[in-house]
Amino acid sequence: MIVTAAPSRSPRHALNDADLRSLLLIRHFERALLGLFEQGVLSGTTHTCLGQEYIPVTLSALLRDDDFVFSNHRGHGHFLARHPDPHGLLAEIMGREGALCGGVGGSQHIYHRRFLSTGVQGESLPVATGVALKLAGTGALACAYIGDGTWGEGAVYEALNMASLWRVPLLVVVEHNGIAQSTPTSAQMAGTIAARAAAFGVRHHHVGSTDVGEIRQALAPLVDAVRAEPSPLVVEFATHRLGPHSKGDDTRPPEEIRRAAESDWYDRYAEADPERFARIDREQRELVERVVAEVSARPHARPGGAA
Amino acid sequence: MTRVSEHLNQALHDLMESDPSVHLLGEDVSDPYGGAFKVTRGLSSRFGSRVRSTPLSEGAIAGVGAGLALAGDKAIVEIMFADFVALAFDQITNFAAKSTSMYGRPVPVPLVVRCPTGGNRGYGPTHSQNPQKHFIGVPGLSLFEMTPFHDAGELFARMFGLGRPCLFFEDKVLYTRQMYRTDDLFRFELVDDVARVHLDGAGRPDCTLVTHGGLVHRTLDAMRALLLEDELVCELLVPAQLYPVPRLPGLEDAAHVCVVDDGAEGGTWAAEVATALYPRLWGRLRRPITLINSADGVIPAAPHLEREVLVQADSIRAAVREALS
Ligand SMILES: Cc1ncc(C[n+]2csc(CCOP(=O)(O)OP(=O)(O)O)c2C)c(N)n1
Ligand SMILES: [Mg+2]
Repeated sequence: MIVTAAPSRSPRHALNDADLRSLLLIRHFERALLGLFEQGVLSGTTHTCLGQEYIPVTLSALLRDDDFVFSNHRGHGHFLARHPDPHGLLAEIMGREGALCGGVGGSQHIYHRRFLSTGVQGESLPVATGVALKLAGTGALACAYIGDGTWGEGAVYEALNMASLWRVPLLVVVEHNGIAQSTPTSAQMAGTIAARAAAFGVRHHHVGSTDVGEIRQALAPLVDAVRAEPSPLVVEFATHRLGPHSKGDDTRPPEEIRRAAESDWYDRYAEADPERFARIDREQRELVERVVAEVSARPHARPGGAA
Repeated sequence: MTRVSEHLNQALHDLMESDPSVHLLGEDVSDPYGGAFKVTRGLSSRFGSRVRSTPLSEGAIAGVGAGLALAGDKAIVEIMFADFVALAFDQITNFAAKSTSMYGRPVPVPLVVRCPTGGNRGYGPTHSQNPQKHFIGVPGLSLFEMTPFHDAGELFARMFGLGRPCLFFEDKVLYTRQMYRTDDLFRFELVDDVARVHLDGAGRPDCTLVTHGGLVHRTLDAMRALLLEDELVCELLVPAQLYPVPRLPGLEDAAHVCVVDDGAEGGTWAAEVATALYPRLWGRLRRPITLINSADGVIPAAPHLEREVLVQADSIRAAVREALS
């Protein structure tokens, strides 16, 4: 499999409190979900973004209110980085009052303002291209998150072709975590994502860092160009999935899971600024504990009553 | 005692062992994962490159399966969730099924597409559907469904024996149930290819229910309540072949017929069964055949909402009572 070495050095750019809060909100939210599953309180399934939280947090500052965001099965971080509403999201996942979509969509199917997710891989890229076609010239863009494995789907290529032909402001964010469910990238992808983008004449940018400030600095002019020209862009993050694909279904060898854990941003940011990190970490953990307690006590959501 | 998923797994092992021309393809089917529902466990370790974990490419893997079949081998393709068979619709209906006859001579395409179906697991609108109805009436295509009464090995042999592509539906909740077990009140037998589940020693039933494999346990629960609480005797027919609709045994003197189908209302398998039965039973039926389907709506993720949309034991019971009242 492709194991993309993440930098082990401490981050060069200090995080502001808002970014740190966002990172840790997502981390504790996802951990809480796995805990709730273990207790048998949640039904269905869930896909946590543990280890990948820094990607949507990095992007959140580069996105505008009038941008559209298309998310996938692993979408809690995408949502929380854009809309810090853990109550609404947890209520959706638990089917409780105040749910974002009345409990109909659940973890994988959320439509809130200009954020939309669906559980069918690759489905959203043509839709994002259509939305981007409409947004072209307004300065707004459509941002679509996809995983490395989703490049198996034909719809991805059909969309990229049109996005490039028609010069639409489409930002494709690839979370390349080296695995699709249980299948390593080496067993599901021939060639590279960079070469795929090149084949369509689409700009491609590779991100190896987990340093929010550093990545943002590099991406800012590229994202500006998506809006201004307009033109599509593929940003590929080399990242790591710390947890199971969904819950309790991690069949990776222990050394591989350990390698993924070593690339985690969490310890590095903790070491860089221990006192402030510990304070915000505790604050966000306690916030999530309160959210869990409060939402769990709510009555069932009724359809039509979406928040 | 064998769970349905273990029974299917054993049938696949036996099939691949006895027939070296069989290939199996699907997302995450290889060990140690062994498929999202563990039905393919152990196959890749045993049969090497005849078993392949594929990229996320439902359309292409159905096509690759058809290609292997066209070239003289046999293929089983697993679609991880039946909902995603929509992505393989073209390959299945416009190539695999049509190629058996569109070249002016019979072309065998021994391809089985396995599709885990159904809800009641809280997986939400795109991971819970019963898409059987979308494939009814496609020339050259047969539909089968796993039941707790039919030997999966015999079904695989039959499907490959047809020489034309087949969809094989497997309900995800059924995976966790035991093979060959009914409620203690009822016993079953196979009449030709249809499982007939009935009350031991009872005379003519008040109602004959027809359903597909995934609904067997909910229907049995309804039959139990109808018997014990409403004093209504029901019999159940479960065909493994869904389409073309096979001959259903013993309906000539049925007091009433009710078809129970987990698919959403509109253009349903239940309606197809009724269409097949009307000419045969016309003049003998006392009232129209009752069709029971899931609601015309997406399948919500929240269990309390999902429950209301899908066919449940209590909705079957209520519909039977109403029809007979
Ligand atoms: C069309 C379709 N096929 C299969 C699945 C089942 N599935 C969900 S996520 C997943 C793996 C996705 O891998 P990747 O795109 O790399 O994203 P990651 O899970 O690694 O974030 C699969 C096979 C699906 N949801 N949709
Ligand atoms: Mg991946």
